[in-house]
This record gives sequence, structure tokens and C-alpha cells, in this order.
Amino acid sequence: MSTAILDNKPNVPEVIPTFTATLIIRRFDPDVDDEPRWQDFDVEVYPTDRILDALHKIKWEQDGSLTFRRSCAHGVCGSDAMRINGRNRLACKTLIKDLDLSKPIYVEAIKGLPLEKDLVVNMDPFFESFKAVQPFLIASSKPDKERLQSVTQRARFDDTTKCILCAACTSSCPVFWTDGQYFGPAAIVNAHRFIFDSRDEGAQVRLDILNDKEGVWRCRTTFNCTDACPRGIEVTKAIAEVKQAIIRGKV
Amino acid sequence: MTAIPVPRSGDTAPRKKRRVNWEKWGWIYMRVSGVFLVVLIFGHLFVNLVSGEGVKAIDFAFVAGKWANPFFVVWDTLLLWLALIHGGNGMRTLVNDYANNRTLRKVLLIAILASTVILIVLGTLVIYTFDPCPTGGDASLLPDFCKAG
Repeated sequence: MSTAILDNKPNVPEVIPTFTATLIIRRFDPDVDDEPRWQDFDVEVYPTDRILDALHKIKWEQDGSLTFRRSCAHGVCGSDAMRINGRNRLACKTLIKDLDLSKPIYVEAIKGLPLEKDLVVNMDPFFESFKAVQPFLIASSKPDKERLQSVTQRARFDDTTKCILCAACTSSCPVFWTDGQYFGPAAIVNAHRFIFDSRDEGAQVRLDILNDKEGVWRCRTTFNCTDACPRGIEVTKAIAEVKQAIIRGKV
Repeated sequence: MTAIPVPRSGDTAPRKKRRVNWEKWGWIYMRVSGVFLVVLIFGHLFVNLVSGEGVKAIDFAFVAGKWANPFFVVWDTLLLWLALIHGGNGMRTLVNDYANNRTLRKVLLIAILASTVILIVLGTLVIYTFDPCPTGGDASLLPDFCKAG
């Protein structure tokens, strides 16, 4: 190996270009504000920075009271779903340079769930719907050995196993916005994950739950959920498959 | 902030056991009737507006002539019922999705139901009791064969 070449390289660090991004954030402090208000921040960012990095810079350097959720910061935990320029995305998966920088970037909390503070909403109703579809394996036999499954059987529900419960889909659904009684795409996706699992025996229970006034029939196939999903799950297709299963009465 | 009721508050535990599931049948009805309506509506438009002399031929006599054939009586009855229920159910869906206020929702739903029922009853009456020569009608508006009779 020619290590000599490396030694010849100039030892000057490359200057990484930065640019200024303007973020307009919808702030709400329940102790002070009656109504949410928009506040703008100028942040110096790198082309590799994401919205989450900009939010961090604001919180750490400009205004420590800015409140938002984040955990893993790598698109897996599903904590930082928010409305960025009117679209539901994960702040940690949205590169600032990919947005339209000729205009300011609007950041607000996801819609349809009760706003608690700044970018934080109360997720309880969302998880109530999730719990209601019984998102766990229901099997009668005791597991003496592993439950075998063919590649095809596993592939049947592979898409819906990707859900990270970030609520980007449910809070992008116009039916959910109006009265919030609809189960919502995320709950149906997670029901789908078990309904079509060959090892599970609770499919009929879940289909009965979703065959409800507020169940799958309220889906208007607007595809907002599919557009919003940061994991690329075909949410509307999954809902349609659950509808089909209910009509046919079998999986 | 506008007050949106807390979603799914407290109604997750008790679920009513199997009654007729109107939501499901409504959904299926919209799809099935939609397929029929495509054929019925375009057939209706073609027979009335394109074939023969086209739109100029439409008068009491044309309608009476059509309904002398039981095929078109059945056609028009199906068209009337399927289209009105399809439209009514579609508007009910819209109201359920977008009317937040309970009272407003109820008023709108009743108005939709009433107008659908009235239009179906009136339309069905017309199809089955149509008289091309009503007594006391303005002679200039009536078809020629009325004078002969």
C-alpha cells in the first residue's frame, strides 16, 4: 500500500460551506399563550444538516424553551414527526438543503391530536387506537418450538412490519382531523401486520374491531397517509386489503 | 384554539355485538351501484340525446313512447333509485366527515334523508302514472295525438 501519498496531502482542513436557513416555528406555551403563535429563527446550517439539527441549534444556542420530542434522531424511534412546510415528515430524516430555501421553512406540530406545547402533542388518543386493535400475537398453542413460517407467508405482511408509530400518517388524514374518532391509518396498519401473519389466530377479532362505524369504512383513499409515511409503507393499500378481508370474511 | 374533542375518548373498551353493519353495506353499495350507474346513465344520455333525432325529439310524446316499453320503465326506475340513494349516501358521508357540530350534523342528515325520499317517491310516481295527455293541459304544449283522442 502506498502510504507515502497520504503523507504528501496538505494538512489543511477543507472549509465546509454553510448557509442560513429561516425556520418559522409554531410556538405554544399553555402557561402563557391563548393561541399558538409563529416565531422565526435564523440558523446557520451545513448542507448535511436536517431539520432536527436546526431545531437543536435553536434550542441550544438561541431559545432553550423550544420544546420538541426526539429520541434516536435516526428515523427509527418515531418521536419527531412534525409538519414541515405543510407535510408530515420526520425532522431527523428531512435534509434542509432538500427543501425550498427561497422561502422560510414552516415547522409545526402534527394536526388532529391535542397540542401540549410547541411541537409536542398528546399521543394518548393515537396509542389508544393502536391498543384497541390488539397489536400482539394471538396464538392458542403453547410454543414448544419456534413457529415456522415460509418466506412467502412472511412477505405477505412485510410492508406493515416497518411501522414506527410516529403518527405521521394518522395525523395527515383529513377524516381523523375532523372528529378524531376514526381509528386512523396507523392502527389499521398494525392490525394488518397481525391479520395477515400466518402464525396469528386473532384475525377475526381484529377484523370485527375494524368493521366498525369508525373503522376501515371511513377511509376515503385520499392517500395522504401513504405520502406521509417516513418508512414508505403503502398504508392505503394495507387499509384496502383489510377492507377486502372483511368483505370476504377470510384472510 | 378551536376545541376538537379528544379523539377516541373512553370508547375503546365496550363494543356492541354484531348488528347489521350499515357502514360496511353502505361502502359496498357505493361500489356496486357505481358500476351499474355508469351503464345506466350513459345509456340514458345516449337514448335521449344522441340516438334518432337527438335532443329535439324530447317531449311528452317521446317520454310516453319510451315508457310504453317495459324495458325503459325498469331502466328508469333502476336509474332513479340507484342514483338518488348513491348521491344521498355520498352526501351523508361528507356530512359525517366534515360537520363538526352535532346539531348541524343532525339537521343536514335529516335534510338529506328527506330530500332523497321525496325525490324517490315523486320520481317513481311519475314513471308509473305518467299521462302524456293530462286533462286541462295547455293544448299548445301537448303532443299531436292528444287532440285525436
